[in-house]
Amino acid sequence: MDITMAIQSSQLAIEQLKNLLREKEELNEVVTTKIEELIVELQGCHPHPIDPAQQIIDGFTYFKFNNFDKNPELYERLAKGQSPKFMVFACSDSRVSPSVILNFQPGEAFVVRNIANIVPAFNQLRYSGVGATIEYAITALKVKNILVIGHSRCGGISRLMSHPEDGSIPFDFIDDWVKIGLPAKTNVMKEYEGYDFKEQCNFCELESVNNSLVNLHTYPYVDREIRNKNLALLGGYYDFVNGEFKLWKYMSVVTKPITIPLKTNDLTI
Amino acid sequence: MAIPSSISDPFASKFLPSSISDPFASSYQPSRISVPVKIEQTQLTTLRRSHCSTLKASMGSPGFTQQLNNNKLETLADVKDDRDDIFNDLKDRFLSFKKNVYMANPEQFENLAKVQVPKFMVIACADSRVCPSSILGFQPGEAFTIRNIANLVPTFESGPSEVNAALEFSVNTLQVENILVIGHSCCGGIRALMGMEDDGNTSFIKSWVTNAKNARVKTKAAASNLDFDGQCSHCEKVSINHSLVNLLTYPWIKEKVEKEELSIHGGYYDFVNCSFEKWTLDYRGTKLEENGRFAIKNKVFWY
Repeated sequence: MDITMAIQSSQLAIEQLKNLLREKEELNEVVTTKIEELIVELQGCHPHPIDPAQQIIDGFTYFKFNNFDKNPELYERLAKGQSPKFMVFACSDSRVSPSVILNFQPGEAFVVRNIANIVPAFNQLRYSGVGATIEYAITALKVKNILVIGHSRCGGISRLMSHPEDGSIPFDFIDDWVKIGLPAKTNVMKEYEGYDFKEQCNFCELESVNNSLVNLHTYPYVDREIRNKNLALLGGYYDFVNGEFKLWKYMSVVTKPITIPLKTNDLTI
Repeated sequence: MAIPSSISDPFASKFLPSSISDPFASSYQPSRISVPVKIEQTQLTTLRRSHCSTLKASMGSPGFTQQLNNNKLETLADVKDDRDDIFNDLKDRFLSFKKNVYMANPEQFENLAKVQVPKFMVIACADSRVCPSSILGFQPGEAFTIRNIANLVPTFESGPSEVNAALEFSVNTLQVENILVIGHSCCGGIRALMGMEDDGNTSFIKSWVTNAKNARVKTKAAASNLDFDGQCSHCEKVSINHSLVNLLTYPWIKEKVEKEELSIHGGYYDFVNCSFEKWTLDYRGTKLEENGRFAIKNKVFWY
């Protein structure tokens, strides 16, 4: 039996089972549960259906039966409001969904995804899209942690590092966006001069996260919450080639003062 | 904070000092980025080992005292710094993914490391309750995703933004075949749009949601009889369609839709009663000149 036919026949079976559930209301709980389990099992037969619309329906049905319906308390609470502990910036790349790699459940992370997980510096005239997410996360949701996650083999960073030196034709919008990471590129080109291009890109993927962390601090409400010790800024890096995750923290520290000229007790510090 | 016992990182010399006792010990640099902590499989093994030995200890094996001391040390290390809680939390999350997903599908992840060929470009809200990977079960490699406030798509003419950049990359470089805009119930961004007042106060939220001002105008005209909550729900859906039409203002998107190389879909996730509506923009039935009206096809309502 070829795969299309297999999918069609399992879909037919699913539909018939669902009709059975709808029509026979007198079925007892045990039978109902059994039928629901069977439906889920059949849906599991074709995790990668050919038709994209069908994939959406199957994906949602799986979520409803296996997650939503099994956690009524959680979803009742979430229907009333969200209070996520994390705000996460991640790349749009299809391989790095934070819910997947960090197992965030619904309600746990307010997530922004854009090319190369970039946070521009505070600018009242531009970048209102990212600005709005930060404003909402801090002022309305009062998140406690902002985590910026970079990743290996990032197309956006590769573009930032190669253009315009490679003489390629500029894009309409991509170059304008990734150039926010220029300070990271400049640092990497200076510190890792002579390394090959791929290595420089690796360094830039990490350095660009730091650039975003520094830019985050330029938002007045971020700065305020850091001063009040209500907010932590974290950097992360997901390497999907080696299956590793790096994690670090951005800190602002004010040092103890020294008095000049030095007094004897200052010398003992 | 547990430190990986073996460091095999090629950049180790740059990012990890040779001896680390406490990566977050206080420093005198005025502003700094802390040393990255690498989470890898070795830690999982350590954890497993310590669990096993704890079990032995509770059975009163000869190593009892030894184990007790070890446990005590671990506890001390744990309470030393509150900030480590968040690190441990994230560490456990990643290790669970690595063990259950990454290590379980080596071939898939080896292929994905080389290239991504997603079928979908998804535009969803940043809301913590509506992650497309969770609600639609997208697996790694399946959906190129952007998330912003109220899943809005600004027009081509509105100039460079992160949304435009992501559209350009996914449509022209990755050549996705489907763009899906997903809206949802109780959306704070749409609420801000509907409740916006011309009081001269500016904020990022206001200037961002202004991208959907036409959806607001349309809602006010069509649903003026509804209360504020009702109007917001109405606007959530109008705004999705508004974004679908905005997608067609991009010349390279319009061209591909005309050639039927690209489909544009709308989706609406209602998390109050767990339903999902999905529809497809019918380009042939759409006449944009007619006051921004458009036709839809293949509508399904799933509950």
